[in-house]
Amino acid sequence: MAKSIKIRAKESGGITTVKALMSHPMETGGRKDSKTGKLIPAHFIQEVTCKHKGNTVMTAMWSGGISKNPYISFKFSGGAKGDELELAWKDNKGKSDSMSSTIK
Amino acid sequence: MSTEMKRRIFLKRSLAAGTVGIAAAAGLLAPQQILAAWNKAAFESKELSGALDALLGSSDMAASADITVKAPDIAENGAVVPVTIDAGMDGVESIAVIASNNPVPLVAHFIMGPGATGFVSTRIKMGKTGDIIGVVKAGGKLYSAKKEVKVTIGGCGG
Repeated sequence: MAKSIKIRAKESGGITTVKALMSHPMETGGRKDSKTGKLIPAHFIQEVTCKHKGNTVMTAMWSGGISKNPYISFKFSGGAKGDELELAWKDNKGKSDSMSSTIK
Repeated sequence: MSTEMKRRIFLKRSLAAGTVGIAAAAGLLAPQQILAAWNKAAFESKELSGALDALLGSSDMAASADITVKAPDIAENGAVVPVTIDAGMDGVESIAVIASNNPVPLVAHFIMGPGATGFVSTRIKMGKTGDIIGVVKAGGKLYSAKKEVKVTIGGCGG
């Protein structure tokens, strides 16, 4: 599977700001196909975890209420330039992806 | 709050959630994954209080001026509404994002690990005009702040 995640992390004054974009349809399950009139099955990211040197710094649980191609940003302390950061997601169909980046 | 104390709280929570406890007993999940179990009841609840009860064990929350909910006054496109929640207090354990008038009000729940500050930013869908509520759990208590967003085109159906 092609990489679906873009991640950027920047450290400034001891605080690391992480920004990430994922590509995902984020179907709620409540939307109808305009041609067939049938419900489009739910397909959305349920879980996003971000690890800094093996420690989970943030876990996000999502419903289908997050916009298509989700964006997320958060901050944590304790990161340093050059540290590795890993972001992973898992959706309601059991698919997953992950991406690593270094803090700048 | 020390890491050890947080761990205790997390353990208590995971014991409270029955299905997660069973999965853990069966050895299916590593400890870290127990914390990360997706709360089906909360995310399927159509009621705000029900969602909060299922997610955080309580829906009693105090309005707090320390929390800023940043979102546009008017969202032209309800499918993409940028939301930023910034909690000024220390020891933020989790932040829940709620769109009060959505078919499923609970949009997201961010669990902050050690070191994470009380700040999250994301983009959500809004079915119609309503409040975006940020519920912050800090020191075992719930605090909230809200902001009304007027939606011209809904993003939850069609």
